[in-house]
Amino acid sequence: MCLGVPGKVLAIDGMSATVDFFGVRKELRLDIVDEPVSVGDYVLNHVGFAIRRIPPDEVQETLALFDQILDVSGAKADLMAADVRGEIAAAKHKE
Amino acid sequence: MEKPQAKIGLKHGSGGRAMRQLIEDVFLTLASPVDGIGLSALDDGAAIRVGDRWLVVTTDSHVVHPIFFPGGDIGRLSVSGTVNDLAMMGATEPLGLTCAVVLEEGFPRADLERVVASMRETAREANAPIVTGDTKVMGKGEVDGIVLNTTGVALADRVVSDAGLRAGDLVIVTGTIGDHGMAIMSRRHDLRLEGDLRSDVAPLNGLVREALRAGGEDVVAMKDPTRGGVAGVLHEMAAKGKVGIVIDETALPVRDEVRAAGEMIGIDPLLVANEGKAVIGVRARSADKVLAALRAHPLGASAIVIATAIGERPGAVILDTGFGKRMLAEPEGELLPRIC
Amino acid sequence: MAAKDLFQELKFRDPVRARALSEAIGHEVAALGRRVSVMHVCGSHEQAIARFGLRAVLPPDLELIMGPGCPVCVTDGPEVDEAVALAVQGARVCTYGDMLRLPGTARSLADAQAEGAKVDVVYSVSQALELAEKHPADEVVFLGSGFETTAVATAAVALANPPKNFSILSVHKYVPAAMNVVAESPETNIEGYIAAGHAAIITGWGIFEPFAARTGKPVVVAGFEPLDILAAILKLTELMRAGKPEVANVYPRCVTKEGNLAAQRSLWKVFRPVTGRWRGIAEVRDGNLDLTPEYAHLDARKRFRIDTSPVRDEEAEEAAKGCICGSIMLGLANPGDCALFGRACVPESPVGACMVSSEGQCRIWHTYGGVPDLRKVGT
Repeated sequence: MCLGVPGKVLAIDGMSATVDFFGVRKELRLDIVDEPVSVGDYVLNHVGFAIRRIPPDEVQETLALFDQILDVSGAKADLMAADVRGEIAAAKHKE
Repeated sequence: MEKPQAKIGLKHGSGGRAMRQLIEDVFLTLASPVDGIGLSALDDGAAIRVGDRWLVVTTDSHVVHPIFFPGGDIGRLSVSGTVNDLAMMGATEPLGLTCAVVLEEGFPRADLERVVASMRETAREANAPIVTGDTKVMGKGEVDGIVLNTTGVALADRVVSDAGLRAGDLVIVTGTIGDHGMAIMSRRHDLRLEGDLRSDVAPLNGLVREALRAGGEDVVAMKDPTRGGVAGVLHEMAAKGKVGIVIDETALPVRDEVRAAGEMIGIDPLLVANEGKAVIGVRARSADKVLAALRAHPLGASAIVIATAIGERPGAVILDTGFGKRMLAEPEGELLPRIC
Repeated sequence: MAAKDLFQELKFRDPVRARALSEAIGHEVAALGRRVSVMHVCGSHEQAIARFGLRAVLPPDLELIMGPGCPVCVTDGPEVDEAVALAVQGARVCTYGDMLRLPGTARSLADAQAEGAKVDVVYSVSQALELAEKHPADEVVFLGSGFETTAVATAAVALANPPKNFSILSVHKYVPAAMNVVAESPETNIEGYIAAGHAAIITGWGIFEPFAARTGKPVVVAGFEPLDILAAILKLTELMRAGKPEVANVYPRCVTKEGNLAAQRSLWKVFRPVTGRWRGIAEVRDGNLDLTPEYAHLDARKRFRIDTSPVRDEEAEEAAKGCICGSIMLGLANPGDCALFGRACVPESPVGACMVSSEGQCRIWHTYGGVPDLRKVGT
């Protein structure tokens, strides 16, 4: 229903912020963002408006959440094995 | 109130299914048998037998808007476009190009001189002499600034069509995809995206010459992914070669800026136009040789194998995303920024 | 973490973890021991599911159905006719790209544009505002489409006292209404729901608690990366197996329980939910967002006498009544059962929402002749 892409705030000028999306910069409006935004924050863009300020540590928390969900379903062991298989494959790829 | 289909829409000119339908329904009635590749092949150009060689001919009209854009302009685009269409047929030494222009009354002379300077420079880069032309002017508002048509002719010993793929062949793209279309789109739809989004427009005859020298007969299909992007070309190659094509999405070379802009406006770089890239089908045994030759050339530095032809599902293009596989739809019409 | 790291490190697209999640989903569904259907109600979820080919990694006994979750595709023919009529009457209509080719009962805004009407595609409603300032002589009408996440942006512009020649033709939709339509249908066999992540940023995930309690079905709020979706499906299957009709937030980086309170205030100041017809479904209680009386001065339906007769096609409207998108969206029928499929209803002139959406069930069936099973292709 909407393409929210996270970007990093480079500068703020009143109700407008310059945000960097992996090398592409765009002006976003701050009318509806849920918290005060400062330079260096991550925000979610939707149709030119920042709709959410993403707390920096949320990325790690989301990964922890995935592990926790996997843990509950007893698949954690497989994941560990999968991760190990992933590392080996990656190493072979680099030779 | 007649059915809307009675009018030509923008979709009929954007390289997708609607355009192909219009050509098949209306223009193919012009086709007549020719000794070689004619209109009905719907290839990048025509190839007519002359003695024991082929006369390759191609023509293109350019109506890009804006006419000056990051990385290029309509002048460089017009020469490169025709040189590249000839090269995709295997004709990498153009004998001559034409340049027919239609100008709007009031078009700034300084802009015209800038466009022509860019044509001159690109023609020199491609070693393609411009030998004749035509100039028309229309009243204010009767045409949008400038329309530029270029035609190219060349002789070739062997013609490479876009129908030569067989099961087991590999498909190479000569560099990052989506650069040109994303640069134009970010300007045209006033998306106000700043950043390194610039067109890749460039003549490819030198690059293709290296690929043909390395791969010879094992280079079996070539096409430049302009309107309709790489997806459009792969659909054509799959249909004409009567093979399925499986794309390895994780191998697709996409610049960060193009990927980011694509994610923001909901457009897949596979569908976006390129003006300095080629899609090359090659027998598996020669893929490494051709890749090495491409990568040794400045315009082919990030060339890579992106897909494999398979015997199953002829005409289908399948995307292996790294998570699962899905059918890749044929580009529809004009690409528009999306919100949903 | 630099923006680039966030993207490259975006573990949310890591195929190795994805395989572990899909294997875990397989265990859960096997433990359930029967075929089970779950539904998501978000076009962008369908885009992500289709784009990454996730259905190919789900167990065959788990059916992941796309509900009426694309606000563009459920916009009804007569609503589009209003926008086309305004453009034909000389207004400058600004629209998101998704709506340009959506046909009304007969024509789309793209058709009107081809005949010289002033139709501008915009990336943001703020661009429509700028066009109104740039063309003071034009009546600039913004076609407001999308769910509440997009309606909030329209509300922000409405609250910033726009110029006199700016008005809004609202075809905004409301997500909770989409889920109620499905849950309240007697024949539904949906046992769990995946809620739209970005709409929940605005409304908060608390809004789904009464729904879960009333329907006895679990709801999970999901993000839009492959791992977000697979983790949400895994959580949903766990809740279903445990028989717990709870709401689980699997998108904590963006969604909170109470949501964005300031945005909610702006939204409900400018818009209110009203009952309306969704394309191919029927009357949907609280499905549409209309402008409140307080903002009637910006309502194009109040400012102009919109005469749709020159752009309407009664016959097509009558034929559209044969559309069964409603039951297709509930997973109770497939496109082959519809009399219009492949005849009156084709991608070029779609009737129901499932043919309009590039990922819609009918569009996929029409293009590929059924849903292709690609699990073994090319291996």
